[in-house]
Amino acid sequence: MNEIIESVKNLSIGFNSQKGKQISILRNVSTDIKKGETVGIVGESGSGKSTLALAMMGYIKQGLFPLNGECLFKSEDLLKMSSRQLEKIRGRKIAMIPQNAGQALTPNLKIGYQIDEALRLHTDLNKLERDKKISELLNKVRLPSPETMAFRYPHELSGGQQQRVAVAMALAGKPDLLLLDEPTTGLDVTTQAHVLELLRIIAKDTGTSMIYVSHDLGAIAQVSDRIVVMYAGEIVLEGPARKILKEPIHPYTYGLLKSIPKLSLAGLPASMPGSQPQPGSIKEGCSFYDRCNLATDHCEKNSPDLKYIKELDTSVRCFNHKELINQNNNLQTSITKKSSNSEVIEVLKLKDVSISYAKQKFFDQLLNKISDQNPTVKDININIKKGETIALVGESGSGKSTILKSIAGLLKTKDGQIKFENNRILSSDLKMRNPNDLRAIQLIFQNPDESLNPNHTVEQILSQPLKLYFNLSGEELKKNIIDLLKKVRLGEFYMSRYPRQLSGGEKQRVAVARAFAAKPDIILCDEVTSALDVSVQAAVLNLLQQLKEDLGTTYVFVSHDLAVVRAISDRVAVLYQGRLCEIGPSQNVYKFPSHPYTEVLLGAVLEPDPDIKPKLVAEDIVEEKPPEKGCSFQGRCPRKIGDICNSEVPPWQIGENGNAIRCHINIDELASLQQ
Amino acid sequence: MLLLILKRIGLGLITLFIVSLITFVGVEVLPGDACTTYLEREAYGAALDACIKRLGLDVPAYERYLDWALNVVRGDFGYSLSGEMPINEVLGPRVKNSLVLASVSILIGIPLAIVLGIITALWRDKLPDIMISTVTIFSMTIPEFISATLLILIVAIWLGWLPGIVILPSDATFFELLSNIILPVVAISMIMTAHMARMVRSSVIQVMSSDYVQMAILKGVPYWKMVFRHVLPNALLPAINVVALTIAWLLGGVVVTEVVFNYPGLGRLVIESISNRDLPVVQALAIILASIYVGINLIADLMTLMLNPRLKSLQIRK
Ligand SMILES: Nc1ncnc2c1ncn2[C@@H]1O[C@H](COP(=O)(O)OP(=O)(O)OP(=O)(O)O)[C@@H](O)[C@H]1O
Ligand code: SF4
Ligand code: SF4
Ligand SMILES: [Mg+2]
Repeated sequence: MNEIIESVKNLSIGFNSQKGKQISILRNVSTDIKKGETVGIVGESGSGKSTLALAMMGYIKQGLFPLNGECLFKSEDLLKMSSRQLEKIRGRKIAMIPQNAGQALTPNLKIGYQIDEALRLHTDLNKLERDKKISELLNKVRLPSPETMAFRYPHELSGGQQQRVAVAMALAGKPDLLLLDEPTTGLDVTTQAHVLELLRIIAKDTGTSMIYVSHDLGAIAQVSDRIVVMYAGEIVLEGPARKILKEPIHPYTYGLLKSIPKLSLAGLPASMPGSQPQPGSIKEGCSFYDRCNLATDHCEKNSPDLKYIKELDTSVRCFNHKELINQNNNLQTSITKKSSNSEVIEVLKLKDVSISYAKQKFFDQLLNKISDQNPTVKDININIKKGETIALVGESGSGKSTILKSIAGLLKTKDGQIKFENNRILSSDLKMRNPNDLRAIQLIFQNPDESLNPNHTVEQILSQPLKLYFNLSGEELKKNIIDLLKKVRLGEFYMSRYPRQLSGGEKQRVAVARAFAAKPDIILCDEVTSALDVSVQAAVLNLLQQLKEDLGTTYVFVSHDLAVVRAISDRVAVLYQGRLCEIGPSQNVYKFPSHPYTEVLLGAVLEPDPDIKPKLVAEDIVEEKPPEKGCSFQGRCPRKIGDICNSEVPPWQIGENGNAIRCHINIDELASLQQ
Repeated sequence: MLLLILKRIGLGLITLFIVSLITFVGVEVLPGDACTTYLEREAYGAALDACIKRLGLDVPAYERYLDWALNVVRGDFGYSLSGEMPINEVLGPRVKNSLVLASVSILIGIPLAIVLGIITALWRDKLPDIMISTVTIFSMTIPEFISATLLILIVAIWLGWLPGIVILPSDATFFELLSNIILPVVAISMIMTAHMARMVRSSVIQVMSSDYVQMAILKGVPYWKMVFRHVLPNALLPAINVVALTIAWLLGGVVVTEVVFNYPGLGRLVIESISNRDLPVVQALAIILASIYVGINLIADLMTLMLNPRLKSLQIRK
């Protein structure tokens, strides 16, 4: 068990800047991987996780080169090998499971061929044996009907299935070490939990060592024996998983854990100030100095070494780590939100809204109507109160974004009405809305890179809505822009910056500021934190909450992340295949009795705690279309009671907590089933 | 799938119909008609009457269009004015000559472009790339009429290796042509090859940096195997449509080059018939060139459709 298979020694990797300076992105990293062990590598984006993982296969990305150190695989240095030698090791001794299997499978080659290729390269099996082996592998990763699966092209599989094919491909050469680079990021919550479960079983059955790279402590917690925490290209903390997650003794890890929203906690996670320094701008002293609340003057000038602490079996890079020992009951705290004022003015009502993507037939076009018996989104009834945060949750394809787009007027509704303020019907066509309504409803998108014009400065970006809606100009315009920046905690000097000169969190803040520039009544947030690191996510969530408390804005918040939703929302609506399943105050939706789909979703959430395992109750099948009749969840429901679920739309039932559930099972019975 | 192919062919035919209509209407709305244009000052009296009769200009326009269109569909373009012989006879050898010129250029140019593009991409920023890229970028910037003239000046006049001007009757045999077309072919394929080589280069480079190529490397696939199985099929697929555009665009180059080299092809005929004001021939040429254009694009579309697994299965599922 203690045999070391790969050992990284003092590895530094860097690149030459345009000015010819050598800039390192990995600095003196050393770690050992033992046989049969799973090591998790975590850190914010840009901390050098993937560079480290790739170097462990002897692969250095174009433009980078090793500065010093070595990667010893069975005491041979991978970084010194010829490509011939590496071809013998890659796929056979060390295999990789990529981040985005969808892009990592070659599009013009069938699944079967791609697995066969690995078998041909790394085993001596003949054609017949290989065909058998392909079926076996596809079976092992639990893909349905392995025989036909082999003849499909990558694009004919769902994201979860592609990831499974990548796992099968990696297992083909029976490697001693598996490298996984964010293997579940981008997958749906339930799919993610299933893939992790699969990996855990494989690790146990085959005794393969794994290196699991992720920014998601929740996923890391589920699989790792040991955890390595990286910050700005250095290892800052390394030790047994349980120790790291429950008693983190480095301020960065501590802050990171606190900034993750948790299912069991209402209220917002604490955020860490600042952001990780860019490579090349790292000054002397501790690289975490700017963001550390334990920092002393000593830390500013002196860099701490990675120190091994015997009694904790942990290595830590911090002068003041002792202060964090036994601090850890504080991890389970959060910032309580001010509850929104209880006056019940309804600002926005969705009444029987249905939305269809079906192409209009010729006659329908003439009559300007949409005839689609089975629209993507159907029968949505939600009344949104002034000043509340209502969240729409569900897996990808559940129609969350579709509903937001319709409220914003970007997508026509098929049936039903969207009413704004005193029951005034809003046209579902953007061009027919009056300018004041356009101002009153603003949208913030998932990806600020795509929604901010890269050729405009922050000042130009923010002045557009101010000019458009309020006709401001000159000094007044400038004053308003500075005010807005102040609201989102950005200094005046950001005005002349371009989006590319901002970090991800800063960009999203500019996007928030732009939405608030219109002084809107309602802000529609589409996965606004999904592209952000946890520490930045916590900051953006806190910012949104603060602005709402100050200005009384109403949010419609779309997210697939149940823990984030729990943190920010007052009320939650759960959607499956464009149909509402459950709606109610968030503290109650997160309590049983729940709709069977909510139960599945809650079970699949990954908590950054090795003792809380996800409960996998339903298969992670992808349904392409909502069912024609009956309950929308009938295809996957683990509690399905029979034909009635297939034939009749279930009724709404109101629980004693005030959440409404749409299911044929009596609500009291659900409560006892879910005990 | 079949439906889609039929749809594309239908669209092509509609395009041709519109082109024919436009050329016909264009001729109609010009002041005067084919006869007055052709006869110029002599357009009076018996000569004019005879001409009008011969061309059937005394019947209404739509009837003439129908008549003409039906004949074209049957492959008969009517009579030319200048030679007073059937246009088909004028066109036949010219089409053949141009076809020889264009196909030799394409057969040499496209494979060369692909090979050069791949070499420059695989040895990116190394010596082969720097050398080839300098030449291709340079030849991309010189228009045909200059490169053609320069070629004549250097190879034919200074070095005297090859004839500079093609002095052949339009019904010369293929082998007679061959020795004469070397310079025109070089002139025509230079720009085309350069453009396509750049295209292929950037496409290959893009695929080389994709996740799936990185994955193939990490899977232990040997370099050349990776290039041929994982890189080239995906890199060359988008190139097909560009090839079609380039070929269609090459037609323009053919016209210019033929004139410079005095080559008896379609291109020179275009210029000749325009300067002779031989409107029936101009009409016939417009239709022929448009058909080639439409045909090439149709073939490219269908090829992309056949080769791209994504599009293929999309159609089957429907
Ligand atoms: N432009 C479109 N044309 C056809 N179908 C579409 C289009 N956009 C979305 N859909 C379909 O509508 C359904 C809902 O899509 P939507 O993007 O609203 O889901 P979502 O819940 O926001 O998913 P995600 O979490 O991936 O963003 C999906 O089945 C999707 O395939
Ligand atoms: S060394 Fe100082 S600045 Fe760095 S993490 Fe420790 S306390 Fe903070
Ligand atoms: S109605 Fe039936 S299928 Fe739908 S959630 Fe309830 S039990 Fe499941
Ligand atoms: Mg979405």
